[in-house]
Amino acid sequence: MMPTLTVTTRSGETRSIAADPDASVMRAIRDAGIDEMLASCGGCCSCATCHVFVDQPQLDSLPPMSVDEDDLLDISEHRTACSRLSCQLPSLDGLRVTIAPED
Amino acid sequence: MTLPHYDVLIVGGGHGGAQAAIALRQRNFAGTIAIVGDEPDPPYERPPLSKEYLARDKPFERILIRPLAFWTERQVDLLLRRRVVRVEADAHRVETADGATIGYGVLIWATGGAPRRLTCSGHDLPGVHAVRTRADADAIMAELDTVRRVCIIGGGYIGLEAAAVLIKAGKQVTLLEAQDRLLARVAGAPLSAFYASEHRAAGVDLRLNVTVDCIEPADRGLSVRTADGETFACDMVIVGIGIVPAVEPLLAAGAAGGNGVDVDDRCRTSLPEIFAIGDCAAHPSAYADGARLRVESVQNANDQAATVATLLTDGTAPPYAALPWFWSNQYDLRLQTVGLSIGHDDLVVRGDRAARSFSIVYLRAGRVIALDCVNATKDYVQGRKLVERGAIPPRDALADAATPLKELA
Repeated sequence: MMPTLTVTTRSGETRSIAADPDASVMRAIRDAGIDEMLASCGGCCSCATCHVFVDQPQLDSLPPMSVDEDDLLDISEHRTACSRLSCQLPSLDGLRVTIAPED
Repeated sequence: MTLPHYDVLIVGGGHGGAQAAIALRQRNFAGTIAIVGDEPDPPYERPPLSKEYLARDKPFERILIRPLAFWTERQVDLLLRRRVVRVEADAHRVETADGATIGYGVLIWATGGAPRRLTCSGHDLPGVHAVRTRADADAIMAELDTVRRVCIIGGGYIGLEAAAVLIKAGKQVTLLEAQDRLLARVAGAPLSAFYASEHRAAGVDLRLNVTVDCIEPADRGLSVRTADGETFACDMVIVGIGIVPAVEPLLAAGAAGGNGVDVDDRCRTSLPEIFAIGDCAAHPSAYADGARLRVESVQNANDQAATVATLLTDGTAPPYAALPWFWSNQYDLRLQTVGLSIGHDDLVVRGDRAARSFSIVYLRAGRVIALDCVNATKDYVQGRKLVERGAIPPRDALADAATPLKELA
C-alpha cells in the first residue's frame, strides 16, 4: 500500500496525498502537484528550499538530521524546532507536514 | 504548418523554462502557455547528468522536474522535438526547424546554451561526447561498459564531476585543462589547487597547461594529441569546455546582445514582449556592481523565471537581485558557493584544507562578495548574510575558523 501523507500548503489548505514509498517527502509533495516548494537542488541537501514543519509528536519517528541539514535550515528566517528539509525525509505513512513560508 | 497561438510561449524546456510555466500557473495566470524545445523529454534537472544520473544512482524518472501528468493538469502544452530557428518580433511569431509557425503574446527565451565544441580535427568522431542533455549522458552510459580509458577535456565543474563519477566506476581517467589551474574561470587559486590534489589522489591523471591539437582514431579507440605533441590513448573523450548561449535566432531578429542576449533588470530583451532568462540572459548583476553578465546556474534560471512570472501576472516586479548560489558534488566533497567571485581583489581561506573542510572568502575593496565552501555548510549558510549585506569584516577574524561568520555580518 502506498503511504499517505497529510500536507498543509502555505495558503492553509490541507490535503492527503499518496506517496511513492521510495520517494522523499519533497518528491511526494511535488509529484502530487503541489507547486509552491522550489526544491532547487533536486533533493541533494544543497539548499533549503524544501523546508517543512513536521507535526511535533512525529519528529522522533524520523531519521535524525545530518549536520548539513541542520546548518542549511539556518538559512530560513522561519526555522522552528519542527523544521526539516523534506528532501531528507522518507515518506512514512501518516506523516503530517506543513510547507514553511518562502524565505 | 501553423500551430496554435499561445499567450505565453516559452522557448526551452530546461530549469528556467519549466519554472516560468510553473510560476505563472502558481500565480493563477489564466492564459495559454506552451514550452517549445528541441529535446524529446519533458523538463528534467540538468545537474544530475554529470553526477547521480551518470553514476546510475538516479533513474531518469527521478530527475524529472515534474511528473508528465503535471503539465497536462496545469494546461502547459509541451511542444517537444521542435527547435525554434527564427523569431519574427513584429509579427509575434516563431518558426521551428520543421517549418511550423507559432504565434505568441509574450515570448520567454530560456534556451540555455549548447556545449562548446572543440574546433580541432576529430572533434566529431564517434566516442567524443559532451554533457548537457539526457541524450548526451545516455550516449556516454551506453558506451561505458566497454570503455576502460576516458579522456576528459576541460577542468570546469562538468569535467571534474564526470571525472569523479568515472573514477568511482573504475575507469582510467585523464583530464586535460588548457589553463594553468582547474576552475580558472569561476574560482580562486586555492580552490583550484585543492581540487587538483583531490582528483590526483583519487587516481585522475590530471594535466594542466595542455592544449588539445586534435583527436585521431586509433587502432583501439581514440588518441588525443596535444599541441606539445604528446598523445593520450583512450576509448572515450568527454568535452566539458563551457557552453555557447543559444541566442542566434533572437540576435538575428535584432535583439541586443553578443555573449548571450542582453536583458534589463526585469529580464526584458530589447525586443517588445520578449524576455530572456537563465544561462543565456546577460543581465545587470546586483552582485557584480551592475556589470552585465550571464550566470549559468539553476538558481539563476529559477529566480529569473520568478521575476518574469511576477511581472506578467502583477504588471510589476522588483528588479532581479536574487542572491547567486551554486553547488557541486565530487567524491565526498560538497562544494557550496554563494555570491559571484568574479572581480575579487583579495581572498581569505578559513578552515582546514587537510581536513577537507574549509571556505574561501572572496573580497573586493574589503567587502565580502562570495564564498566557496567545501564541506563547510555552516560557513555557506552564515556567509550568505555577509554577501547580501556586503559586509566588511576584519581579515583576521575571517581567517579564524573558530569565529562563526554570523558574528561578522
